[in-house]
Amino acid sequence: MRISKVLNAHGLGTLFLGLLGVLCLGYFPRSASAANPPDAAAVILIRNATILTVSHGTIERGSILIKDGKIAEVSQSINAPKDAQVIDAAGQFVMPGIIDCHSHIAAESINEGSVSVSSMVNMAEILNPEDIDIYRDLAGGVTAANILHGSANAIGGQTLVIKLRWGQPAAKLPFEGALPGIKFALGENPKRSNFSIPGQPRRYPSTRMGVEETIRSAFSEARDYQKSWQDYGKRLAAGEKNLIPPRRDLRLEPLVEVLEGKRYVHSHCYREDEILMLLRVAKEFGFKVRTFQHVLEGYKVADELATAGVGASTFSDWWAYKVEAYDAIPYNAALMTRRGVVVSINSDDAEEATHLNQEAAKSMKFGGLSHDEALKMVTLNPAVQLGIDNRVGTIDVGKDADLAIYNHDPLSAYAVVQKTLIDGRVYFDRQRDTAEHSEREKEKKALIDKFKKSAEKKPEDKKPDATVPILQKPAEKKPGEKKPEEKKPEKNPGPPLESAAPVLPGGER
Amino acid sequence: MKTSSIIRRIGLMLAAVCALSGRACAQSQPSATYALTHAKIFTLAGSAIEDGTLLIRDGKIAAVGVGIEVPAEAQVIDAKGLQVYPGIFDSITQMGLREIGAVSATVDSTETGNYNPDVVAAAAVSPSSEHIPVTRAAGITEVLAVPGGGGFDSNGSGGVIGGQASAIHLAGWTIDEMLIKKSAAMVLNWPEIETHTFDLTTFSRKEKPFSEAKQEYDKQVNEITDWVERARHYALAMEKGSAARYDRDLKLEALAPVVRGELPLLVFADRSREIRNAVEFCDKQGLRMILAGGSEAYKVKDLLRSKSVPVILRPLLTLPLDEDDSYDRLLSQPAELAAAGVKFAFASFDNSFARRLGQNAANAVAYGLPYDEALKAVTLYPARIFGLDGQIGTLEQGKIANLIVTNGDPLELTTDVMYLFIRGQRTSMDNRHLRLYEKYSKRPKAQ
Repeated sequence: MRISKVLNAHGLGTLFLGLLGVLCLGYFPRSASAANPPDAAAVILIRNATILTVSHGTIERGSILIKDGKIAEVSQSINAPKDAQVIDAAGQFVMPGIIDCHSHIAAESINEGSVSVSSMVNMAEILNPEDIDIYRDLAGGVTAANILHGSANAIGGQTLVIKLRWGQPAAKLPFEGALPGIKFALGENPKRSNFSIPGQPRRYPSTRMGVEETIRSAFSEARDYQKSWQDYGKRLAAGEKNLIPPRRDLRLEPLVEVLEGKRYVHSHCYREDEILMLLRVAKEFGFKVRTFQHVLEGYKVADELATAGVGASTFSDWWAYKVEAYDAIPYNAALMTRRGVVVSINSDDAEEATHLNQEAAKSMKFGGLSHDEALKMVTLNPAVQLGIDNRVGTIDVGKDADLAIYNHDPLSAYAVVQKTLIDGRVYFDRQRDTAEHSEREKEKKALIDKFKKSAEKKPEDKKPDATVPILQKPAEKKPGEKKPEEKKPEKNPGPPLESAAPVLPGGER
Repeated sequence: MKTSSIIRRIGLMLAAVCALSGRACAQSQPSATYALTHAKIFTLAGSAIEDGTLLIRDGKIAAVGVGIEVPAEAQVIDAKGLQVYPGIFDSITQMGLREIGAVSATVDSTETGNYNPDVVAAAAVSPSSEHIPVTRAAGITEVLAVPGGGGFDSNGSGGVIGGQASAIHLAGWTIDEMLIKKSAAMVLNWPEIETHTFDLTTFSRKEKPFSEAKQEYDKQVNEITDWVERARHYALAMEKGSAARYDRDLKLEALAPVVRGELPLLVFADRSREIRNAVEFCDKQGLRMILAGGSEAYKVKDLLRSKSVPVILRPLLTLPLDEDDSYDRLLSQPAELAAAGVKFAFASFDNSFARRLGQNAANAVAYGLPYDEALKAVTLYPARIFGLDGQIGTLEQGKIANLIVTNGDPLELTTDVMYLFIRGQRTSMDNRHLRLYEKYSKRPKAQ
């Protein structure tokens, strides 16, 4: 769908020129400066900034010294070392880089929706470092994101945490040392309530009862599988000869990792009853749920969540896009926080991620959280939930220099990101982006003119059919796959933008 | 049989219980005289008034200014330290027409078929929708309920002519009490040249040659032209009193005010090519056009200004259309349009995100739009665009008293609405979300 919009975008009116526009697409994101992050100075000093440390209060007109990608010093006043690159942030606010605990950017596809247990698939294997949404989210101050499989299955695919190192190859995106995860999903999505594929039979499960049994049954198998390897290991250690190892099961392996605490469970859910259901199942099989995602009725069972020590990652104010979101309230984050749950506010959406600072601010209005508590919703708390708080989430000595610099208090609708740093490198710079805008436009125009010229010379190229194969080529982003499963919550519904998008299986929310 | 009738009866009982419980308190209190005193009043019809008084009587603004005498019967609200603004106007929503997007039984925003000029939003707006109190708690006092223009929902797409949009107050026991203007605009979803479609039977994307897509586009535009021509003849026949000789045609009758230039077309289009075609079409046909969406309005800003076509902008909290657009393309567009002299308003295009309208306007300010313009783009300008500025949009004597009293900038995320007046009546800010919050705040600690 998007490609046709892209074609139309250039308003060129003829196919071959539109085609050129498409070709440009493949080219421009890479030509943007961000694609080649400048080799950072080894030493950077940010000074005169209002520093929102999140861990130890706010420092007015303070300084942050960065050495080799780490925060070396945070204090009122630091003298610039001789070789330091100095960022004068007078009048600006520095906060820890935003961590998005629920994201689907940088992925070639989201859902393996054919089966109810798709634990064999892994998001790490389909990372797309050229997804423009990486850059857009970076421009919103996001420095790390939890890249999740979709919610089409009770047990979904394997997940990972990335840093938004725009311009780097896929191999450089994963957050080093972060524990991998796996996506679970409860409720309407895994039971396929809101859509069907014509001509295809219903898939088990189609009730919340069946969702529970799907998970229990998978973990029963996983336990047996785990035992077969343990037995094999024991007999091997005992010196038995000519043993045949158990056959590897790629579907059950990640579940054994869950049982052994080597893989986090991030479970999509909405209703209070299904939240408690998964906690019971987890107890039965002896694993932990690391986070509940969306968890829009988490406020109803906040004590149970707190007791179980499970994190809750929710939306700021989405509601009513489906029945299980009808009791969603914007006070959810604050209510759960007050009852002792570690809460984060996530995006689940590339656009929403560009203003998570604003979404966090809403927890002050709805439920009266403090400025620091609100900031934690998108910094320290998601870091804790993802087990990376020893590296990121606050502005403290020894942590990664992952920072977002705003021109106002970031908990305001008037704040704009000026710079985003990851590992002490400036990956986004608003001034630079603006300055290079006209260059990009010039380059695009030159390419279009060049194509026009060559097209005039070879009129046979104008045949529509000739273009079809090329049109298929730059399918860099296929919204059909990306915004899949059910309707978006109609956040930004609009006829031309989404109208042609059918209700696809896949997805989110 | 028996079982089904019992179930139906239970259903009816439940419906009755729902209708009785909890709703009454959310509605307006009886009409009275109110005086807001010591307030900073942003009338949007001149500069702000410090320590001012605003008098409300019989649903209207009776007086506004400094040193106004407060009548004895008035209920006085001391608004010292508070600010008064016109209520916020969300000029594209499906308010009352769509409760839960994924449940088609609760969706009345989209009628079957491509040409439905005769359907009217007001006929289906549910005054009991939970969205209404939630939305007004955000300071939104009136909206346009728009049928068939919200794009794809669980009932399908909005077709080409989606129906008539109704301007409504967000308070009232019945739709009649809520109505500001039953027919405020006719929705037209301008066709697009679609070279890619999605085939649900094979679940795959289908490519279509441009020539074929263009042919379909031309066909649809010709159909629209045909409807307009027929409506013109019909209107003429009505005028000459000879309509009786025709079979009455409700669809053409509904289009008659459009061809007479009395009712504006609310034309949904985002790409510059479609916008240009739509503007030229309306210009040629002598139709009043309001553009809705307008993601690429900046590319045709001169045309929009010269043809005086106002724009209801799609939410800024939307990704740019194209990958090679600047990341802030939509955020910086309002400033660019304002500088070019294009008239525009912001709207949510939604129900559950209606309360993000102020956030959208503030974001435009962050990217260069003057603050006053942003504030007017959610109050006065939408009222003006839909011809309602004689009734709402500013705080002036004689206008309907739709206003909010806040503890700060109404566009900022953390500002609270302290008092809400709709049709001059103090209106409750109780809503589903607040009720659930209070209920579960009180849950005893789980054992």
